[in-house]
Amino acid sequence: METNQKKESLWTPFINGLVKENPTFVLMLGMCPTLAVTTSAINGLGMGLTTTVVLMLSNIIISALRNIIPDKVRIPAFIVIIASFVTIVGQFLEAYLPALNSALGMFIPLIVVNCIILGRAEAFASKHGVMASAMDGLGMGLGFSVALTLIGCVREILGSFSVFGISFKEPLESIGMTPIAIFVMAPGAFFVLAGLNALMSVIRDKQLAAGKESKIRAGSCSHDCASCGEDGCAHRFYDEKGQDKPVGKKD
Amino acid sequence: MANENNKTSETNENTAKSENKKALRSVSATPHIRDHSSTARIMSLVIVALMPATLDGIRVFGPKALAIILISIVSCIVFEWGFEKITKQKVTIGDRSAVLTGLLLALNLPVSVPLWMPVLGGFFAIVVVKMLFGGLGKNFMNPALGARCFLMLSFSKLMTDFSYRPGGNGADVVSGPTALASLKNGEAYDLKQMFLGYEAGTIGETSALSLLLGGCFLIAIGVIGWELTYTYILSLLVFVAIFSGHGLDINYLSAHVYGGGLMLGAFFMATDYVTRPITKKGQILYGIFLGVLTGIFRLYGPGAEGVSYAIIIGNLIVPLIERVTLPKHFGYQKPAKAAKN
Repeated sequence: METNQKKESLWTPFINGLVKENPTFVLMLGMCPTLAVTTSAINGLGMGLTTTVVLMLSNIIISALRNIIPDKVRIPAFIVIIASFVTIVGQFLEAYLPALNSALGMFIPLIVVNCIILGRAEAFASKHGVMASAMDGLGMGLGFSVALTLIGCVREILGSFSVFGISFKEPLESIGMTPIAIFVMAPGAFFVLAGLNALMSVIRDKQLAAGKESKIRAGSCSHDCASCGEDGCAHRFYDEKGQDKPVGKKD
Repeated sequence: MANENNKTSETNENTAKSENKKALRSVSATPHIRDHSSTARIMSLVIVALMPATLDGIRVFGPKALAIILISIVSCIVFEWGFEKITKQKVTIGDRSAVLTGLLLALNLPVSVPLWMPVLGGFFAIVVVKMLFGGLGKNFMNPALGARCFLMLSFSKLMTDFSYRPGGNGADVVSGPTALASLKNGEAYDLKQMFLGYEAGTIGETSALSLLLGGCFLIAIGVIGWELTYTYILSLLVFVAIFSGHGLDINYLSAHVYGGGLMLGAFFMATDYVTRPITKKGQILYGIFLGVLTGIFRLYGPGAEGVSYAIIIGNLIVPLIERVTLPKHFGYQKPAKAAKN
């Protein structure tokens, strides 16, 4: 691969994760933390960044070890690597950010089973080089963080009249407005996720109508190439003009 | 269903030929029952049946109740019209279902709520519960009840503030627990007042007498069947008699029937055509499910009332009920039996 091409291909997975295959709005992965911890913007951001760190580190290690790990035991091996990083990050949070740690609670250890992390390990890191995997982890993680922060912002503004903990409750309550408490409850997470998804669809439709190639991929691909019967697709989740063909072979 | 098919074929006779052809294809096999029922007519009849309760609510709770009812109805119509204009669909406010939704929503609000509450409720009922799922006939949940539960969860303090001025602004504010709440706490309750509607509660639920009048009118003219309503109330009574520890105490049982939203729910909201099972057998099953669920909520739940939650949870299992109560074809025999012959 030529140098300038390689430079370009490092940005591609990054943008890919952030926009085109945004894990929350396009791939619909990692819905459990998305729905559970986004009661406020700061919780969403905290969860997103924690996941980003784990995702990036585990992608790097898995990519580096991809030729050593035997194919048959790759899932347990991935899980061990991911779990190690989750433990490290969890203990770090406990020591330095106890407030965030208690707000996220059970969902920190549960990052181990987050679909995004295992999904990227399986779909990307085990087939690509270390740098590309790191960028993919960063892009996917930041895409996840942006989505969670957005959902958290909307829920916090509507549900408790504050954003990032800065309350504007009093001026609004003095003119007779009451926060819509359902938005910080479980149903509110579904409402906001659905609403933001609908917004993404509107943007995508407009881009398509304007004749531009959509930057947001339609959500029809299940991203499970093993059980996908669609002909003519050998993209393995990500393919820019055939530059970056998957390395590993899966039957 | 057969009725509706006939109706479509009938109305489309006057329309363009191509449409007529399309409609003819959906005509069911004979015999056909000719009938003048239409969505608008049925909705109007239900609205008429709700009039005694509405007027009684206005009489007891004063002019603010009227304001809430009007705001709720108007906002439901405007939201339906606006949504259909924005999404470039056929405007369907003529079928009067939005009026009924608005009325039911208002009857489910206490009179002390601020006036923006029915507007927000109307938005949720029409746009989120009804139109986003495809409009009338495709909503999986009763819009008015969906909106009530949305408001209950969001503004529980405002929605359970049952203080009111009997007869309007001149009178003293009466506040206090609903009859069901005092029933649950073991306090005294007055059956006659509960029957006539002089109690704390939402605008439309308090007067058992007027709801009973309207409900019996609907059953008498055949808009709703008796099966669902009766099994609902009866199964609640059986559940309460068994599990409340009061046994067959007639006063206690009557209080459970007259109090809270049971009458309004059982006659007017559980029987909503869209969200109830189609077959009679299914309706009976549905009624029993609602009765038991309401009983559980009333006796063991944190609040005193559970009719609205019971009905929206019931709405969700209606597709399953339809599946187990699918009518058999005429002459259908079980395969095992056929093999024996």
